[in-house]
Amino acid sequence: MLYDIFIDPFVQMVEMPDFFLQVLWEGFVAGILYALIALGFVLIFKASGVFNFAQGIMVVFAGLTLVGLHENGVPAFLALILTIGVMGVLAYGIERVVMRPLVNQPDIILLMATIGLTYFLIGFGEFVFGGEPKRMIAEELGLPTGSTAFEMGERGLVILQHIDIAAAVIAIIMVTALGIFFNKTRIGRALRAVADDHQAALSVGISLNQIWAIVWFAAGLVALATGIMWGARSDVSFALEIVAFKALPVLILGGFTSIPGAIIGGLIIGFGEKIGEIYWGGLVGGGIESWLAYIIALIFLLFRPQGLFGEKIIERV
Amino acid sequence: MKNFKQFAIGSAVALAIGASGYVAEAAAEDGNYVPLLTYRTGPYAGSGIHIANGMNDYLQMLNERDGGIGGVKIVIEECETGYNAQKGVECYEATKGKNAVVYNPYSTGITLQLIPKAAVDKIPVLSMGYGLSAAADGNTFPWVFNVPDTYWDGASVAIKYIGEQEGGLENLKGKKIGYIFLDAGYGREPIPLFEQMAEKFGFELVKYAVPGKEMQNQSSQWLNVRRDRPDYMIMWGWGAMSPTAIKEAVKIRYPMDKFIGVWWSAGDDDAAAGGEGAKGYKAMNFSGVGSDYPAIQDIKKLVVDAGKSQTDPESIGSTLYNRGVLNSVIIAEGIRAAQQLTGKKVITGEDMRAGLETLDLTNERLAELGLTGFAHPMKVTCEDHAGSHPVFIQQWDGEKWAVASGWIEPMKDLVRPLLEAAAKDYAEKNAPWPKRTEACPN
Repeated sequence: MLYDIFIDPFVQMVEMPDFFLQVLWEGFVAGILYALIALGFVLIFKASGVFNFAQGIMVVFAGLTLVGLHENGVPAFLALILTIGVMGVLAYGIERVVMRPLVNQPDIILLMATIGLTYFLIGFGEFVFGGEPKRMIAEELGLPTGSTAFEMGERGLVILQHIDIAAAVIAIIMVTALGIFFNKTRIGRALRAVADDHQAALSVGISLNQIWAIVWFAAGLVALATGIMWGARSDVSFALEIVAFKALPVLILGGFTSIPGAIIGGLIIGFGEKIGEIYWGGLVGGGIESWLAYIIALIFLLFRPQGLFGEKIIERV
Repeated sequence: MKNFKQFAIGSAVALAIGASGYVAEAAAEDGNYVPLLTYRTGPYAGSGIHIANGMNDYLQMLNERDGGIGGVKIVIEECETGYNAQKGVECYEATKGKNAVVYNPYSTGITLQLIPKAAVDKIPVLSMGYGLSAAADGNTFPWVFNVPDTYWDGASVAIKYIGEQEGGLENLKGKKIGYIFLDAGYGREPIPLFEQMAEKFGFELVKYAVPGKEMQNQSSQWLNVRRDRPDYMIMWGWGAMSPTAIKEAVKIRYPMDKFIGVWWSAGDDDAAAGGEGAKGYKAMNFSGVGSDYPAIQDIKKLVVDAGKSQTDPESIGSTLYNRGVLNSVIIAEGIRAAQQLTGKKVITGEDMRAGLETLDLTNERLAELGLTGFAHPMKVTCEDHAGSHPVFIQQWDGEKWAVASGWIEPMKDLVRPLLEAAAKDYAEKNAPWPKRTEACPN
């Protein structure tokens, strides 16, 4: 037993280096995708202190809108632009109908509002697009398909899916762009001010409503990118909404307010769960991936309760 | 423009009905009331929609063409379960008082919940090719029917077929067979039989569970498949699980002609998701492929083209649509048999139970129904509610399914004693399980 836990997994890693590399690559890709989802949660939490329960369904909704428009004859790139428009309208609508009437309400009320929003979007999405899974229009959008295999030794093989490489590149571009937006632009600085203190931000003339609409729109864009990438790996279906909650341990680990935290947290969870499942999962019958992520996050919490990059909250009484 | 209109109407309707189960009122006094527990929403809708359409359209066609069955209309009512056992039971409770003649749960989880209720409420459960395998024992489960096959029959066919590919079952010794399954009642159901067959034939069974919430995130399972290098893979997938598994199999370059799905993983959309790489994927099936049957053409003309259905005309004849049609053929033949047995036009659940127990769908009868070759002849007896009927293998050619084998008989001599033992075990664990008192109508 001790051999199986402490020796055998490492022997396997050395004996099959190609497979180990493949596991690392899959962990990296999963981590990037988790980070993309987590990013959507972080954006809204930063601006309003709300855990946006609807982020998962926004991923599905954005993906379905894109594919649905294309199915109705809209060219792929025009469909992409129109979907961005739809996410903008959705953000504006959420700010006007959901967020604005709830200013100054306790956070739990805002959380409940996002749960309500989730069920509205599920019903609305199913009514408009139907419940059937749809194929993501990855090729039409110019995203690469196929794979490249690298041979290692006599039987070794590492296979890289081109769509996974594209996902990694797009995620890195999005994170860099969001980083620049939040740190270098006037709106970005205003958003950080709102995140620090709503009332102080209002007192210096920052429009809370405008900031919220912008941040929900940014979260919508992240949801669209996530929907495209996850959709290309499987299909765009309402089952994707559940996958979005894989971001929870990432948020616990990385902190709810940190963009770098979402990225680093995503990668730690991605690598951790893949390596854990493949090399240690068999010891307990497999299928440990779904809870291992939470164990990893909880271990980190023991040492940093606010998450890796979260802000330390000191409340004086 | 159409989309914009749908958006506007959709927002109002979605607000009104939300995501809750919705049961339309149906008048059951003047017809035979058939509630359909379906799911057109949620993670399993991709499979559920086709089944629901097939079931609905065939019954609707009988109403349009023949005025129902025996001169009495069929009152069809759908209740949305979302493939959720709790919602399924809610649908059952909400509809059973309308003189429901039979329930089709379309979920092994819901079926398991309804089995104890069937004998109490005296409404039979028809779980066509799914549900509790042991329910094939009609002496222990007089109210449950799983014709034409149980999951254990399916598992035995999969192994028998693999044996044929290897030149005989004796050649399975030392082979490694992987089993990837939805980690729910459905996927776990055939495991006891697979384990017994592994012991009997000397192959190694490697199991890969896919939790429901990880259906679209299977890279770990398929990394394990790549490491373990099983000689064959068998899949018990449903909903979004099947297309994702096929995509992942393509991704790791698993030989697709050694990948065999159960009949519920045989959807056209499932295979098409894998693109060109899915060519060669195989699945078991027991219902016809395509739409070249007079009855299906009647459905098209009288129901779909007439705008009385939600079916996308392109999906008519797809595997899961046809499966739904076959399900309704069995319902309709059960009602017809019950009418003949009792002389009544509007029957009860008890009458339907007797009718289903005399079901004898011969080739001649299939021809009369306009469904020549649509299914293998099937017969139910009081002792055997499944019948262990033959199934065939179909193979994806990159665009459509093609028949890839003749009819393959399940290993009944192996399966039947195990089914009876499992039925006895179920009755003991659920004591006091009612002894059969229903007379055999045969």
